[in-house]
Amino acid sequence: MSEAIALPAGAPAVQAADEQQLATITPRELTWRRFKRHRLALASGCFLGVLYLIAALCEFISPYKPETRNVAAINAPPMLVRFFDLDGRFHLRPFVYGYDMAVNPDTWMREYTVNPSKRYPLEFFAKGDPYHFWNLARGERHLFLAKGGYVHVFGTDQLGRDMFSRVFYGARISLSIGLVGLVMTFVLGIVLGGLAGYIGGWVDRAVQRLTAVLLSIPQLPLWMALTAALPPAWSPLRVYFGVTIILSLFGWTILARQVRGRFLALRVEEFVVAARLIGARKMRVILRHMLPNFLSHTITTATLAVPAMIIGETSLSFLGIGLRPPVVSWGVLLQQAQNYQVIVMTPWLMIPGLFVVLAVMAFNLFGDGLRDAADPYNTGGQG
Amino acid sequence: MTSVLSAVLRAAEPGRSLLDAVRRLARPYVVRRIFGMIPTVVFISIIIFVVIQLPPGDIVTSTLDRLQSSGVEVSAEQVQNLRAQFNLDKPMHMQYLHWAGGFVVGDMGYSYRYSRPVNELVWERLGYTLLIAVSAVFFTWIVAVPIGIFSAIRQYSIGDYTFTVIGLIGIATPHFLLALLFMYAAYEWFGISIGGLFSPEYREAPWTLAKVWDLCQHIWIPMVVLGLGGTAATMRVLRANLLDELNKPYVVTARAKGVRPVKLVLKYPLRIALNPFASTVGLLLPTLIAGDVIVSRVLNLPTLGQLLLDALLTQDMFLAGSIVMLQVILIQFGLLLSDLVLAWIDPRIRYE
Repeated sequence: MSEAIALPAGAPAVQAADEQQLATITPRELTWRRFKRHRLALASGCFLGVLYLIAALCEFISPYKPETRNVAAINAPPMLVRFFDLDGRFHLRPFVYGYDMAVNPDTWMREYTVNPSKRYPLEFFAKGDPYHFWNLARGERHLFLAKGGYVHVFGTDQLGRDMFSRVFYGARISLSIGLVGLVMTFVLGIVLGGLAGYIGGWVDRAVQRLTAVLLSIPQLPLWMALTAALPPAWSPLRVYFGVTIILSLFGWTILARQVRGRFLALRVEEFVVAARLIGARKMRVILRHMLPNFLSHTITTATLAVPAMIIGETSLSFLGIGLRPPVVSWGVLLQQAQNYQVIVMTPWLMIPGLFVVLAVMAFNLFGDGLRDAADPYNTGGQG
Repeated sequence: MTSVLSAVLRAAEPGRSLLDAVRRLARPYVVRRIFGMIPTVVFISIIIFVVIQLPPGDIVTSTLDRLQSSGVEVSAEQVQNLRAQFNLDKPMHMQYLHWAGGFVVGDMGYSYRYSRPVNELVWERLGYTLLIAVSAVFFTWIVAVPIGIFSAIRQYSIGDYTFTVIGLIGIATPHFLLALLFMYAAYEWFGISIGGLFSPEYREAPWTLAKVWDLCQHIWIPMVVLGLGGTAATMRVLRANLLDELNKPYVVTARAKGVRPVKLVLKYPLRIALNPFASTVGLLLPTLIAGDVIVSRVLNLPTLGQLLLDALLTQDMFLAGSIVMLQVILIQFGLLLSDLVLAWIDPRIRYE
């Protein structure tokens, strides 16, 4: 994070720095080494990387557009991608079997049976639904499509829309919508907590009092009122984004408390006193000398705050007060599975829930790993 | 100086009761804290009032919408009357004073939507809300504490790993998802449809033994769902705290002197490891009131949380505002209670 040693300027110093390089490891490298030891955290990090990559490329990865309907397969169960056909023969090109649909005369439910004569081989980089990639470029190639038929790896919903495509389009929204609010929360928390801790006096008292008030306001009513108060002409996505921003004005309190505590402890440390005595300005002392000391801690806290953001989105959308149907997000998708009748008939509608759990778990493990690695000089701790 | 210190320490000795500690050392402190709450609560009540009024429209417009959609013509005069009846024609600050003044003397106003006093509505549901919340907390502790202790003293055993994995999954699962899974499982395996606290035939029935039995059959689902949510986090934190404590020299010394293993863990390390939970005891209070809104919605429970959600959606001003204010006041007292409990179990903590 910060330079390891401060050296006087001049030629001998350069030489000295070279020699130092041989013997020392920068804190950054130490952190990385410690992090690498944490296998589970490393794996989680990779998983998250893949998930975000898929979310970024969802137009290409998903075989259909999220609103494309397949009327021939409404509420169809997930299809198995096969290499071996029912006779046991191996095919190099993976394929799926199509469904035969019949309405059960007793329950009036659609029932699907695999029909081995409908064999749809998968075609890679095939032309399908045209799309706008990030509203930048047009495209119609998809990672895979079924030749002569359809492929629904995660099944379809009650309108015949492909769940596989919808899950990944949803990932894009769910994994990103709260991030800007999160960043704002952290900026506010660090600045206000830092000011309170460093300046002290009436600034400290004012921030403390504000924190106490904001902490006591329940979030749900605030959320609902703000959602309803934003201009009705806004799209649901924009309203949600707006509310996360407004809520960050309320959410900085806990972090501000931590930062304040750290600042109170740090400002009597020798290096801070020294910096002040040689005449460094206030902002320089804070940003240059004190901030790097708990930046790693802050980044870790941020990583651990992302899962809360994801769960928040899914829960609110599930209740119907977050994102709303034209938008595709994990919470919106789970809204279809509101009652147990639906879950019993079409359990695959819960697949977005599985992704929520996996993403949140990965973030938690990743954050735990970061926390252990963030303090490379602490040799205690549990592995 | 030292005499004052030791007097304070003696007063907060863990052997004595919580009340004792409050009486001896904290009375002036408690009084000061309670008076300090008043401006905060007033300030928050203003914010809440404004926030709840923020969305465009009010109860009259939403009533009108309902009437008009069912084909009833409403004259402008009737609208005026309706407004006057609900005090909505008065300026904002008068409306606030009306509401706040009533709240202070224990009258939480009138629910437009249910056409009943808010007090009645709240009292009706308070019992169930508390019952569900308290049973969930008990469930959490009964499950989480033994598992946490086990995981700490048998660190890296198969059992520890199993519970760690379950715990991690538990933390990552949103409560409503858990509720849905339980409903699915109950239907698939036991063939019962769950939701609500009573079977339909008992819902309106007077209290009998059969009704209590019916309640017992239904309450375990919300208890387990809400309880499990907290269990995972509690056992992880307890495990970590206890591990920190078990490596300390005094535990090693005690073990070397041959203290029985059970006593070794329970006598001091566990008590210290439970410290952080004492500071969250107070934060349980507000959740006791509103509970988990989403789980209540999914499982269709008659809790205040669900009432609050409905009230907010229909802009039932007095109902929503009053429930939120109850929550706010409980948060304030909860914070105070946490500090006192902490001082009680940890004599090193003092308040001036």
